[in-house]
Amino acid sequence: MTLAAVTELAAATNEHLANISNTLIYSAMAVYTLAFFAYIAEWILGSRSKVGRTAAALTAGAEARARTGPAVTVQKAGGTAVLERPRVVVRSAAGARDVPDGPGAHGGTEKGDLYGRIAISLTVLAFLIEFGGVLARALSVGRAPWGNMYEFSITFSTVAVGVYLVLLLLKKNIRWLGLPLVTTVLLDLGLAVTVLYTASDQLVPALHSYWLYIHVSTAIFCGAVFYVGAVATLLYLFKDSYENKLASGGTPGRFANSVLDRLPAAASLDKFSYRVNAAVFPLWTFTIIAGAIWAGDAWGRYWGWDPKETWSFITWVAYACYLHARATAGWKGRKAAYLALIAFACWLFNYYGVNIFVSGKHSYAGV
Amino acid sequence: MSTTAKTGPDKTPPTGDERELGAAGAQLSTAPADEAPHLPSLGVLGWARWFWRQLTSMRVALLLLLLLSLGAIPGSLIPQEGIDATKVEDFRTRHDVLAPLYDKLGLFHVYSSVWFSAIYILLFISLIGCIIPRTWQFVGQLRGRPPGAPRRLTRLPAYTTWRTEAAPEQVREAALALLNKRRFRAHLAGDAVAAEKGYLREVGNLAFHIALIVMLIAFAWGQLFKYEGNKLVLEGDGFSNTLTQYDDFKSGNLFTQDDLDPFSFTLKDFHGTYEATGPNRGTPRVYEAKVTYSEGAYGKEKATTIKVNEPLEIDGSKVYLVSHGYAPVVTVRDAQGKVVMDREAVALLPLDANVTSSGAIKVMDGYRNAKGEKEQLGFNAFFLPTYGGKGSAMYSTFPALLNPMLALSAYHGDLGVDAGIPQSVYQLDRTNMKEFKDSDGELFKKQLRVGQTMTLPNGAGSVTFDGVQEWAGFQVTQQPGSVWALGGAVVAIFGLAGSLFIQRRRVWVRAVPGADGVTVVEMAGLGRSESAKVPEELGDLAEALYARAPGAPDPEPGSDPASDRPDTSDSPGSPAGSDPAAPSAERAEKK
Ligand code: HEM
Repeated sequence: MTLAAVTELAAATNEHLANISNTLIYSAMAVYTLAFFAYIAEWILGSRSKVGRTAAALTAGAEARARTGPAVTVQKAGGTAVLERPRVVVRSAAGARDVPDGPGAHGGTEKGDLYGRIAISLTVLAFLIEFGGVLARALSVGRAPWGNMYEFSITFSTVAVGVYLVLLLLKKNIRWLGLPLVTTVLLDLGLAVTVLYTASDQLVPALHSYWLYIHVSTAIFCGAVFYVGAVATLLYLFKDSYENKLASGGTPGRFANSVLDRLPAAASLDKFSYRVNAAVFPLWTFTIIAGAIWAGDAWGRYWGWDPKETWSFITWVAYACYLHARATAGWKGRKAAYLALIAFACWLFNYYGVNIFVSGKHSYAGV
Repeated sequence: MSTTAKTGPDKTPPTGDERELGAAGAQLSTAPADEAPHLPSLGVLGWARWFWRQLTSMRVALLLLLLLSLGAIPGSLIPQEGIDATKVEDFRTRHDVLAPLYDKLGLFHVYSSVWFSAIYILLFISLIGCIIPRTWQFVGQLRGRPPGAPRRLTRLPAYTTWRTEAAPEQVREAALALLNKRRFRAHLAGDAVAAEKGYLREVGNLAFHIALIVMLIAFAWGQLFKYEGNKLVLEGDGFSNTLTQYDDFKSGNLFTQDDLDPFSFTLKDFHGTYEATGPNRGTPRVYEAKVTYSEGAYGKEKATTIKVNEPLEIDGSKVYLVSHGYAPVVTVRDAQGKVVMDREAVALLPLDANVTSSGAIKVMDGYRNAKGEKEQLGFNAFFLPTYGGKGSAMYSTFPALLNPMLALSAYHGDLGVDAGIPQSVYQLDRTNMKEFKDSDGELFKKQLRVGQTMTLPNGAGSVTFDGVQEWAGFQVTQQPGSVWALGGAVVAIFGLAGSLFIQRRRVWVRAVPGADGVTVVEMAGLGRSESAKVPEELGDLAEALYARAPGAPDPEPGSDPASDRPDTSDSPGSPAGSDPAAPSAERAEKK
């Protein structure tokens, strides 16, 4: 090998683009911070006048329901345009609590809603800037931006915000996720630029493979979706205890009243988190298999119980547990939710813990 | 998933509604009903049956899965013999209390320990015990027909009704045709049409679990028949795939020598490049080995390049490039000046990322010392591809050959190679060796640049450092069954997707003459889980059917045949029904 080859390769790393990327990431953090304050304003200024639906449903409705049985909602299939169409009556399962979804963080007020919209606009802006930062980083190294934990972190938070925005675009009832999401994105980026920062660089040969693109991109995407599912699960647990308390005649604190009441009903959160987790589980399975194929090419064995492999497996089994729990009598609801949180904790540990605390084949590229 | 569709003993006693649904919700899945463990009283057979039922229940499957993930944790935190044996040794010397305990628990080889094996074997049995009855049950469901309509369709999660002038038979026929066209399995049962769709969900679920079994068997098969050998090859040298050629070799319990595929290859050139500057200076960028190879005993020679991520595949074997290092080329002369080692490349083992290397040079035959006696020579060799300069530490500062330096310390005597005990070629057994001494009486050492020669004390001969050759380490592996494992994995993913994304649901259409002679149509839908899709689909079906059996004017009050129809005062005009912010389908689903 020649010296010329060495210098030629080193020159391929484009300093200039790397600097642009850093600037963009810092700018994105600034805009996320603004969005964070706008979300806070939405929560604070959203009036509490319309809050209290849950309590109303669970206390006043209780006696009424006792007489009439589970409530029935009428749904006109197809909307108002087609009047010549039979109406479909939908009824909830026996024993299910009949609680309406909360109005959202803005509490149904115009002022709160305005701040909420500002927050979302800022989130979109920050997302675009961050996306630019990730792109510049990718261009500066001439490869996908997943070579080390810094790059992984910035890509991860971009994808997580992207998932949130897509769900919003699909008109899912998910605006409530904004504040927790932006908070963790700020934490993630803060960690990335301080502790995990690695100057832009090329990959060690073991990382050169198109399976890298497949394996790591799906891993990042799965992580982002699992994260959304985990937040929903956590909020489900809070909201569920809140509803339980109300249903058993207790009086929750003012904070719970104000915050939890604005969230969707526990049943909705539960269903949402299940959908989200179940939807990515096949992709996560694929991620692990793609990783095994890559490991087969790179290291000469498909599966070697390397810590990262082991924790991916543990995460996979934990999510399989969760899905099983949902189908097992006596494990539905809260118990299954705990399993979902444990499964996400496994994912987190795989992401941060294994890279930092455990040494293995995966921890090479500058943490 | 809700309890709507679940029948059989549940934890909560069935409510009136559930009892009423009766067979309508039965067998909407093949999941075993979970029974609370109650102890048998039936002797050995009873116990065996009880044990089997427990083992194949969802509850135990869940527990075993939990145990599997818990059991996998220690192996990722404690050093493992199969992964890094030196770390285990290190751990043993540092923890004299914990280590024996870990040894007893098999924690240094978790994934082949008795208890870990027990967990997955139990899970495996549970899985088989679960799959077989579920498959039978499913075949039964496919051969049978969807259950008939429950008596009171109003109790189902999605319901609609209207009155029509069409005759009941006409409506039922139209419904049957419609449902068949929408790929429901439908049939006429009494006064109603019963239909079901989404069987692929169950197919997917069973395929997924069966694929897990296939993958497990494929792994086990691979473990039993696999082999894995390492061979260090100098540039210009060759290798042929026979047991004796390997430096080290591991194989599964059922492997035999005949399983080795016949092939050979020659390493023409190894090429590596490294980051020259920046914080990652020295990080390898390109590793590749140019080889020529031939398949079979007398195959034609072909040329290819093996890279880190691109192994060479020959028959069922794969040849991986796994390591690389340097081999200084030396010439050794004896006291008489006779060449006893002629420009021989001696491979050294890398110690660090900058390829600081160490090893031994052994002169076994032909050497005579100054007195003319036969003796053997041994040198401890230390090699730096890039020496930092005089006074710097004896570590290489860069992995490429920028400033190569070979440091040797010299011994003579008996190398111990004839004793018949296998010996590492990289280490000197000094038990019967004596040091050459320098003028101060210390061990004789010397640092050599390429082309330099060191003369041994007292005219004992000389060593010339002629140059450096590179070597590449290859790993040859064969793991039969990996194709099966991959096939299983693909089936597993698709099965899983089918199982999670497809809804299994039933629809009933009842058409009977009402009290006033006008036909009353009732439609109801039931899914395995409460989902917005079921009412949506029912709405679409109702619309299609309504087109063929249009509505009739409302009857006079009091003559409504569906007297237990739910209270539908929530009419479209009311605030709840016309809330524009919440599409009604969404709202309805949340309830
Ligand atoms: C190797 C361990 C296993 C893994 C990784 C696994 C994984 C899964 C997953 C991911 C699902 C979700 C799919 C869905 O909800 O439709 C599922 C469903 C299911 N599993 Fe397993 N499973 C395993 C072992 C077992 C065993 C031993 C049993 C038998 C007791 C079993 C019975 C079932 C059943 C009945 C369902 C369907 C539940 C439903 O229809 O909702 N599984 N499994």
